[in-house]
Amino acid sequence: MKQAETGKKAWRNDAYSKVTGQAEYCDDLKVHGMAHAVPVYSSEVHAEIISIETEEARSFPGVLSVITAGDIPGEIRYGQIYKDYHMLADDRIRFNGDVIAIVVAQKREQAVAAAKLVRLNAKPLPPLLDPEEALKDGASLVHEDHIFEGKSCNITNHHKIRRGNVSAAFKECDFVIERKFNTQYIEHSYLEPESGLCIPRYDGVMEVMGSMQHPFSTRRFVAAILGAKLSDVEVRSVAVGGGFGGKDDTAALVCARAALAAKILNKPVKMTYDREWSFRESYKRHPYIIYYKMGIKNGKIHAAEVKIIADSGAYCSVTPWVTWRSTVQCCGPYEVEHVHCDTYGVYTNNVFTGAMRGFGSPQLNFAIEQLVDIAAEKLGISPVEFRKQNMLRQGSTTITGQVLDTHTVSLDQVFEETLKRMDYESKLAKCSRGRADENSDELYGTGLALSYRGMSLGAEGMDFNSAIINVQPDGSILLEAAIHENGQGAESAFILIAAGELGTSVDRIRYRQPSTSNIPDGGTTVASRGTIMGGGAVVTATRELKRKLAMALCCRLSCNPGDIRFFNDRIYGKTDDVFLTYEQAVHEMYLQQEIPYAFGVFKAPKVSWDEETGKGNAYFTWVYGCQAVELTVNRKTGKVKLLNMTAAHEVGRAINMPMILGQIYGGMAMGAGYGLMEEVKVKDGIIQNTNFNTYKIPRAADLPEMQAIVIENGDPLSPSGAKGIGEPANELMAPAIANAVYNATGIRYYSSPLKITVENENNNK
Amino acid sequence: MKTTINNKVYELNDEAADRNLLDYLREELDLTGAKNGCGKGLCGACTILADNKAVKACRQKVSFIDGKEVLTIEGMSGPGGKLHPLQQSFIDCGAVQCGFCTPGMILTAHAFLLKNNNPSRDEVRKAITPNLCRCTGYQQIIDAIMNAAVNYG
Ligand code: FES
Ligand code: FES
Repeated sequence: MKQAETGKKAWRNDAYSKVTGQAEYCDDLKVHGMAHAVPVYSSEVHAEIISIETEEARSFPGVLSVITAGDIPGEIRYGQIYKDYHMLADDRIRFNGDVIAIVVAQKREQAVAAAKLVRLNAKPLPPLLDPEEALKDGASLVHEDHIFEGKSCNITNHHKIRRGNVSAAFKECDFVIERKFNTQYIEHSYLEPESGLCIPRYDGVMEVMGSMQHPFSTRRFVAAILGAKLSDVEVRSVAVGGGFGGKDDTAALVCARAALAAKILNKPVKMTYDREWSFRESYKRHPYIIYYKMGIKNGKIHAAEVKIIADSGAYCSVTPWVTWRSTVQCCGPYEVEHVHCDTYGVYTNNVFTGAMRGFGSPQLNFAIEQLVDIAAEKLGISPVEFRKQNMLRQGSTTITGQVLDTHTVSLDQVFEETLKRMDYESKLAKCSRGRADENSDELYGTGLALSYRGMSLGAEGMDFNSAIINVQPDGSILLEAAIHENGQGAESAFILIAAGELGTSVDRIRYRQPSTSNIPDGGTTVASRGTIMGGGAVVTATRELKRKLAMALCCRLSCNPGDIRFFNDRIYGKTDDVFLTYEQAVHEMYLQQEIPYAFGVFKAPKVSWDEETGKGNAYFTWVYGCQAVELTVNRKTGKVKLLNMTAAHEVGRAINMPMILGQIYGGMAMGAGYGLMEEVKVKDGIIQNTNFNTYKIPRAADLPEMQAIVIENGDPLSPSGAKGIGEPANELMAPAIANAVYNATGIRYYSSPLKITVENENNNK
Repeated sequence: MKTTINNKVYELNDEAADRNLLDYLREELDLTGAKNGCGKGLCGACTILADNKAVKACRQKVSFIDGKEVLTIEGMSGPGGKLHPLQQSFIDCGAVQCGFCTPGMILTAHAFLLKNNNPSRDEVRKAITPNLCRCTGYQQIIDAIMNAAVNYG
C-alpha cells in the first residue's frame, strides 16, 4: 500500500486553454453560413399524434425550415439497446420531452420564436406513470410493439440472482429486517447544456462536433437518422463541459437532429440547448423502488431477498445495463450465502432514464448501507464491528460466485484508513441520537458507507479499447486512445501513462484531437473505464513502439534489443553514454524504412454471466471505497449542516493524483446532493423544476471541507496498474449521510433525498 | 455607447443597447469565454467584471456596460498569453476539470480578492457560492484562490 503524496502540482494538457477562455466548447464554434436549430415540444405527456402544423412557423421571418419525422431520410427510431426512441415523434408522444419538430432559422432568436408557432393536434391518452402499475398484467403499453420474453408488456429487462436457498435460510435467521426504499430522479447537471454543430463537408461526409461523451454512439445515431453509412459521418471532439454519464443518448440525439437539418438545408447547422430544454428532455438517473429483506444469523448476513423496480421512463436507453450492475452489487461488499434478487426495468410515460455516474449502484448502496447499520443496532454491536464481520476480504466469494483473488481486496484498508482519519469510533459515541444538549438545537451525527465496485463494463458489454502512438520526424509524439475527454482528464492521464512508459517528458507528447474516423470504436466512456481501458491500450501501444524502436536501433546503440532503455527523454544502449535523442532515433528508423508508429489494443480479461442463475465472474476487477460524514441536524428547522466529508478509495495505481482527488471531492459533493438536496420533481409526467433555482445542486457554501485518502494497489490485470475513480466516488455519500442523520436524530429515512421531519414545537421539553 | 472591454475601447451601436449582454459578447464580439450554463443568473458561468464587480452577463442588457470598464476571461492573462497568478493557481491546484465553470469562477474570485487579499477559507467559500461547479466539489477551487491571494494587495 502506498499513500498519496499530496501537495503535488496538478498537470493537464487542456488546463491553459480552460483558464484563459480559449477552450472551445461546441456552442463557442461558429462556421460561415451557419443556421440555428431548436427543438419543439408539446404540452402532452402521452398522446396520439394526429397532425403537426408547421405552416405558420415556416413563414416566420428568418425561418429556413421546419422539420418533422416525415422528413427523416433514414431511421426515425433509434436507441442503444432497443430502437425505441423516435428521434422526432411520429405516431405518439410518449413523454413530455418528446421532440415533435425542429425549427431552423438564420438566427437562434428567430428559431426560438417560430418554435412557439408549431401546433400539435393530438388525442391525449392516459399516461402510465407508476412503474409498479406498469409492471402489472393488463397495463397499457408504452410501446405497443415491445415484446419481452415472448409477451407484450412494459418490462425492458429482468435480471436475477439465485444463490443458495433464501426461504430456508430466512427460517434459520436470528432476525430478519424488511424495508422498502425509494430513490429519486437525478439530473446530471453538467454545467454545459447539450450542443451539436454539423457541417456537410465537400467530400460528402457529415462532420459532427458536439457536447457528448460517446462520439461513436453519436455517430451511430447520426448515421441512422441520415440513412448514411458510419464512414459517411465523422464525429470530432471538442471541449465538453461535463458528462457524468449524461451526455450519451440525448447528446447524440441533439447532434442527430442538427445533422438532419444540415443535410436537408445543405448548410452548417448548430443546435444548442438551453437549460430548460436540457432538464426537460435529457435522461435522468433511474428512480428505484427497492424491497429488501435481510436475514441475520450469528452476526452474519445470512440471506437477502431483493426486488428492484427501476423506472426506465418512455425509452429504454441503457436501463438493462444499469440495472444489471444493481443486481450484481445488490448485497454491497459483504459475503452473503443466500441471495434471491429480481430486478426489473420498466417503461412508463415519465422522463426516460439512463446512465449516470454510479450506474445503478448509488440506489442500492443507499439501501444496503442503511440496512447494515440497522442490523448492527439490532445486534447491539457497533456498525464498524458488524461490517468487519461481514465484509469481503482477500479470497472471498461474491454473491455471484466470483472468487476475489486476482487483485488486492482493499476493503479493509479503505475502511481502516477512514476510521483512523475520522477517529470514527469515538465520534460515533458522541452522536446525539435524538437528544440535543441543553442549550442547543443542533443534533450531531456521523455516519459512513462502504462499497465495492466492478470495474468497466463487466459481463454485459464488449470491452476492449485501442490506442495509436505515432512519432513524428522531429521526435515529437502524437498519441490517441478511443476514450473520450469529458472534462475528467482522460487525455492527460494517457499522456502521463505514455510518458512514463517511454521515459519522456509530457511536453514531448501531444494528444491528437480525436475523431471517429481516426481510431476504431473503443466503446463508451462510462463505467469508470477510461483510465483502465484506454490506459491499458496506451500501455500496449507504447510497449509495441518500444519493441519496434529497440529492434531498429540496437545496431546503432551496439547492444541487444533487450538492453535498450527508455528514460531521461532519450533512448539508451547498455551504458549511459550511448544514447539517441528521439529525433535521431526517428531518423535512424526512416533510414531503415521503419515507421515509428504503433497500434495497441487492450482486451478486458474474460468475464462470465448466467442470466438465469446470476452466477459468474461479473467483472474482471474491483475497486473499494469508504466515505464518512459528520453533520448536525437542527431539530427545529430540520436543516442539515455538513461538517466534514472524508473518503478513502483504492484506485489501483494513481496516474494523476490531483485529478484523482478532484474526482473524489466532486463525487462526494454530488453524493451529498443526492442524499440531501437534489430531486427532479415530476408531477403528472411533467418535470416541475427545470433550472438551478428549483433544482438545487450543492453550492460551495452547502459543502464542508473534504479529505481524500488514495490507496494504491496496482492491479495485475490492468496493464497500467490503474483502475478507476469516477463512479466509486459518487456512490457512497448519500447512505453515509442517511446513517449520520439517523445517528443525530434517531430517525431513519428510507427515501432519498432525505426530507427531515421537524420536531413539533409543542413536543419540545 | 462607449465601453472598455479588456482594455480595448469599443463604440457600441445604440441598436445593441437592448440586446442580452452575454449573447452580445459571445456572438458579436467573439468573447466566448463567458459561458451560458443557465441563462437565468443561477450558475455564474457567464460572470464578467464591470468596474471590478462580478456581474452575471446573462441577466444584463448591453446598455449595462455603457461607460464601464469590463474584464472578461480573455483579458485576464498578460502580454504573450502570460497567465495571471490566479489562473496559474487554478492549474496548479487541480481546480480545473471540465472547465465550463472556470472562466466565471476565476472572475468571481478575482473580484473578491481585489477587495480581500487575506481571506479565510470560509470567506472564499462564501464568495464563490454564486458560481456552480458540478465537477470539483469546490475543494481545489478554494485551494487555488487561497494560494493566489498573496498576489493581491
Ligand atoms: S448563464 Fe448566467 S448565471 Fe448561468
Ligand atoms: S470544472 Fe466542470 S463545472 Fe467546474
